[in-house]
Amino acid sequence: MRKDIYLALLALALVLFTAATWAQTSKSAAVKEELQTSTGEAGQYGGRLVVSQRAEAKTLNAVTGIDQRLSREVIFRMHADLIHINRVTQRTEPALAKSWTVSKDGRQYTIHLRRGIRFSDGQPFNADDVVFSFQVYLDEKVHSPQRDLLIARGQSITVQKLDPYTVLFKLAQPDAAAERLFDSVDILPKHLLEKSYQDGTLAQAWSLTTPPDQIAGLGPFRFKKYVPGQQITLERNPYYWKVDAKDNRLPYLDEITFLVVASEDAEAIRFQTGDIDVISRLSSENYALLAKDQESRGYRLQDLGPGLEYNFILFNLNDDTAGRLPDIARKQTWFREVKFRQAVSAAIDRTGIVRLVYQGRGEPLWAQVTAGNKLSLNSSIPKPAQSLSRARELLQSAGFTWNKDGKLQDHNGQVVEFSIISSSSNSQRMQIANIVQQDLAKLGMQVSVVPLEFRSFVQRVTQTHDYEAAVMGLLSGDVDPNADMNVWLSSGATHLWNLGEKQPATPWEAEIDKLMEQQAVTLNYEARKKLYDRVQEIVAEQLPIICVAGPNILVGSKKRLGNFRPAVLDHYTLHNVEELFWKGK
Amino acid sequence: MSKRRMVRLAVVLLSLLYGGVLLAGFLAPYDPAEQDREHPFAPPTRVHFVGPEGKLPLWPFIYGLKPSPDNFAGYQEDHSHTFPIRLFVSGDNYDLLGLPCRLHFFGIDEPGRIFLLGTDGYGRDQFSRLLWGGRISLLAGLIAAALSLLLGMILGAVSGYFGGLVDDALMRLVELFLAMPWLYLLFAVRAFLPLHISPTVAFLLLVAVIGIVGWARPARLIRGVVLSARERKYVLAARGFGASDFYLLRRHILPQTMGVFLTQAALLIPQYILAEVTLSFLGLGVGEPVPSWGNMLGSLQQYHVLASYWWMLAPALALVPVFWGYHVLADFLHERLEFGD
Repeated sequence: MRKDIYLALLALALVLFTAATWAQTSKSAAVKEELQTSTGEAGQYGGRLVVSQRAEAKTLNAVTGIDQRLSREVIFRMHADLIHINRVTQRTEPALAKSWTVSKDGRQYTIHLRRGIRFSDGQPFNADDVVFSFQVYLDEKVHSPQRDLLIARGQSITVQKLDPYTVLFKLAQPDAAAERLFDSVDILPKHLLEKSYQDGTLAQAWSLTTPPDQIAGLGPFRFKKYVPGQQITLERNPYYWKVDAKDNRLPYLDEITFLVVASEDAEAIRFQTGDIDVISRLSSENYALLAKDQESRGYRLQDLGPGLEYNFILFNLNDDTAGRLPDIARKQTWFREVKFRQAVSAAIDRTGIVRLVYQGRGEPLWAQVTAGNKLSLNSSIPKPAQSLSRARELLQSAGFTWNKDGKLQDHNGQVVEFSIISSSSNSQRMQIANIVQQDLAKLGMQVSVVPLEFRSFVQRVTQTHDYEAAVMGLLSGDVDPNADMNVWLSSGATHLWNLGEKQPATPWEAEIDKLMEQQAVTLNYEARKKLYDRVQEIVAEQLPIICVAGPNILVGSKKRLGNFRPAVLDHYTLHNVEELFWKGK
Repeated sequence: MSKRRMVRLAVVLLSLLYGGVLLAGFLAPYDPAEQDREHPFAPPTRVHFVGPEGKLPLWPFIYGLKPSPDNFAGYQEDHSHTFPIRLFVSGDNYDLLGLPCRLHFFGIDEPGRIFLLGTDGYGRDQFSRLLWGGRISLLAGLIAAALSLLLGMILGAVSGYFGGLVDDALMRLVELFLAMPWLYLLFAVRAFLPLHISPTVAFLLLVAVIGIVGWARPARLIRGVVLSARERKYVLAARGFGASDFYLLRRHILPQTMGVFLTQAALLIPQYILAEVTLSFLGLGVGEPVPSWGNMLGSLQQYHVLASYWWMLAPALALVPVFWGYHVLADFLHERLEFGD
């Protein structure tokens, strides 16, 4: 009898246990996977994509590695963000956030997350992961580069979980570009990283030697293998949350390999021979070279038109040189004269620069925004052609004269003589410097071009301020004016011509400050564009930097690669890597 | 070819080259820094002898170049107009041995352009740059060799003649100089120099650096010769008659080193020309827009230049006769002066 009771109890326990597990599984099955349908052409599975990197990525850590371009190229393939900037349309679109609503005052964002989706290790994703991720990014101790973007201009973001699939973000002040802030803020798996975050070892987590099963993300690929000095391989994430029009789960490719190819020329050669499937950031010279046997070798090159890079001449207007660098301080009286800068600008042969430096695959510039920026370009900026007579008039009206040898001198009889520094490793900027030197020689200016090793160049411009003029370039991170905030605000860290100003040194810098701050909180697009248009006008007129030209984005891929839709924004070629597939075979 | 003839040819060739670069301003049709931005990477201009109708105009002429609109560095000859090559034309200003001058050996009428060796990426005439650049490169070799031989001669003679502690100290210094990784040191030195150096100063610095770095080897050789010469009987005899050290060195010992000296010169000059080329190639020499063979070759570091524009190799080809000439000369001097008698 006793035995029967035991048996009955056991049976009961079994029944209860089964019921409980069944209930649990049915509960999780009830949360249907909310997948996104991609708009690309439906492709076929299989194959490997080989791309190149100039040097090895340093880390796979999405928190600390995001500001290194090489690491980012790999990391972004493994993760996803809440709201994404579509690289082709340059507008925001839903990603992990299925939808969102904004409060009237523009300060509260309620984000509804995609339900039922999983990390690449199969673990479910929910609001806890989002809250955890933002907690990590915003934590000062973690030193994430994302923190600076998220709390730009001193405003902080708070994150709150409303239910497992709803998160509320609160901003301290309205931000016109708040949606864009979410782009590239990768959502981290709480279940894998919480421990190292608690221990304070998050910065060391997820290195290249971490076992693949300890790294997971919501991106189309996951980490597979690392061969030091040679390559990093990612494999298909079977849990990815996008499907194609035929309801097949993306991505199509089995693997991506990032090969280390040391130089730009070597990259071009290996693309030519077919070792590399996709090439981005081709120089115009190599583009012309590769274009010759496009047909016979089965690849296709594309000129996407102007990118977001602007190259310029920078005069040293820093005011900490007095006493410390007397020679430079003396020459700064010329550089501070706006007519002097305008004369230099008028004397520059921008079309010549585009022809010689970019072989015609570039765009002359008179202000910082390029034609590649569909959102913020002020197309009414005047574009005067090179005019030496106009330049001479300007110099004359500013009190400059020419001595009997034809050399330009200021009103004290000092001969105008200065050097332009540039980074010796960037041959295009060196070429710009040499062309500008020749143009300015026609005005009687004695200009010498000094190539410097990259690090000492940067040090002179940003730290010691021991230079007279420089040729540089900046690459906007986004089409939104907020991305360049640190350049134009007089307190900004990239306010190159006069770094570390306590207050705006000139009335026009004060006006730019005001305009930039105003546009950041103006929610109406037209009103905002008007404000930034005015900034471009001031830059074109006051010339704190003399913009000269920007290169086109030149890319190439094998012809068989389907859905290849390169864009002029960063991640030029791989932004839609989940949709890429190999045709035929 | 007999040896004697070969030497004569070498001497003539070298004289022509040096004469050519000295008269660079006169022989070059254009200013070496002048950029013709319509004509980047233009191929060498074809000189025609047969006119459009098959007639012989008896005088060479060229056609204008038309850049093709959709192809960078693609050009077509424009047959609508011919430009006869003219001699002794007036053109860009230049200095001939200190005198301002405008006369050029040859040229063509505006708006035509003649590029005997094509143009570089800025549309600068390679032929003019080759001549002007040769001036820097060849003279740098000559002066630097003179400098290091002079230093080597003095220090080698002192070391060999006086011997003892002086000899020991100097020879250890020689070893130090031979073992130093010069290239890295030069990079470091360049970083400390002021940004704005005029091309003349840059040139002198370059020459001084090459010359001073190179004194160790000739000093060692000359020391050896002095060491054996000072024990010769006639030297000892002269010393016995009360000749001073300076007299002995000047009259009896240094003439013994002449063979080594000249042979070393013929070896060092081309070596130093190459040193200049290397340093300028790496950006440590004279800066743009002043040409030197080294910085002209520097553009070949870019794959597309190497692959597409063969005429950019002209300075490398110009080095060939220079080297050949000097090596023939060095061989000859070696045989003649050191073992000949």
